[in-house]
Amino acid sequence: MIVTILFYLFALTLVGSALAVVTLRNPVHSVLFLILAFFNAAALFVMLGAEFLAMLLIIVYVGAVAVLFLFVVMMLNVEVETFRRGITKYSHAGFLIAAFLLAQMVVLFTQMDKVAAAPFRLSSPMKEGVTNTAALGQVIYTDYIFAFQTSGMILLVAMIGAIVLCFYPRERMRKQKINTQVNRRPKDTLEIVKVEIGKGVS
Amino acid sequence: MEVSLIHYLILSAIVFVIGVTGLFINKKSIITILMSVELMLLAVNINFVAFSVHLHDLAGQVFTLFILTVAAAEAAIGLAILVAFFRNTKTIHVEDISELKG
Repeated sequence: MIVTILFYLFALTLVGSALAVVTLRNPVHSVLFLILAFFNAAALFVMLGAEFLAMLLIIVYVGAVAVLFLFVVMMLNVEVETFRRGITKYSHAGFLIAAFLLAQMVVLFTQMDKVAAAPFRLSSPMKEGVTNTAALGQVIYTDYIFAFQTSGMILLVAMIGAIVLCFYPRERMRKQKINTQVNRRPKDTLEIVKVEIGKGVS
Repeated sequence: MEVSLIHYLILSAIVFVIGVTGLFINKKSIITILMSVELMLLAVNINFVAFSVHLHDLAGQVFTLFILTVAAAEAAIGLAILVAFFRNTKTIHVEDISELKG
């Protein structure tokens, strides 16, 4: 009973905050509701028994992605008043597509018991008596090692891409000119002067 | 009433459809479109984890891990493109962006 109440609490909060994300006009509010949606999804993951993914969702999404969104919203300094009201001319088609998609998925999911009765083979079955994190660690670094390394490469490429996209040379930037420094000779800049006693240098 | 697989599937379908609707209807900034994409990926993750727990198979959770990775990379690249675009045009409104005449 308590599980059902908790499920509906988290699910309704998730759906409500998702609606707030797409409808609110101020993007800062949208990002904050996105964070709430991720927290509720993490709670649902805990209820399902996927603790590691729940913590990962909080760390990666709330800790990194949502803060990145907030940084960009604040860096761009777009006034709230300039966000226009109303919906686009494509919105009717959008609503139609969304309603159709939802109907299709609900029809499919309510027939799920027939689909689940079909024979299937488990690729990495869960073991008894192993925690979720330990079980994930046992398969990620063995069966899925190439996918794991590929995801590392994707992160590296994304990091390099983000740096390249955001980098631009500024006019006032002081850069080191190594050629000029190495080619500099003492006779270009240094002059040895014999100073007569009592006269000084003028 | 017990919470079963179907509850999680319907929930993920609703969140996914909200994300799709957010892609279409908003007249605001591109940031909202990126957040809608994040919502759709979250719905897919809920679906994967629900099936993983239902079938006692870890593969779904492993895939969720990789989806999280790709979603983080996508958000970083998308926001970098957004910053570069804003620097050039001083706007991020969806309707002002029509160089491609789409």
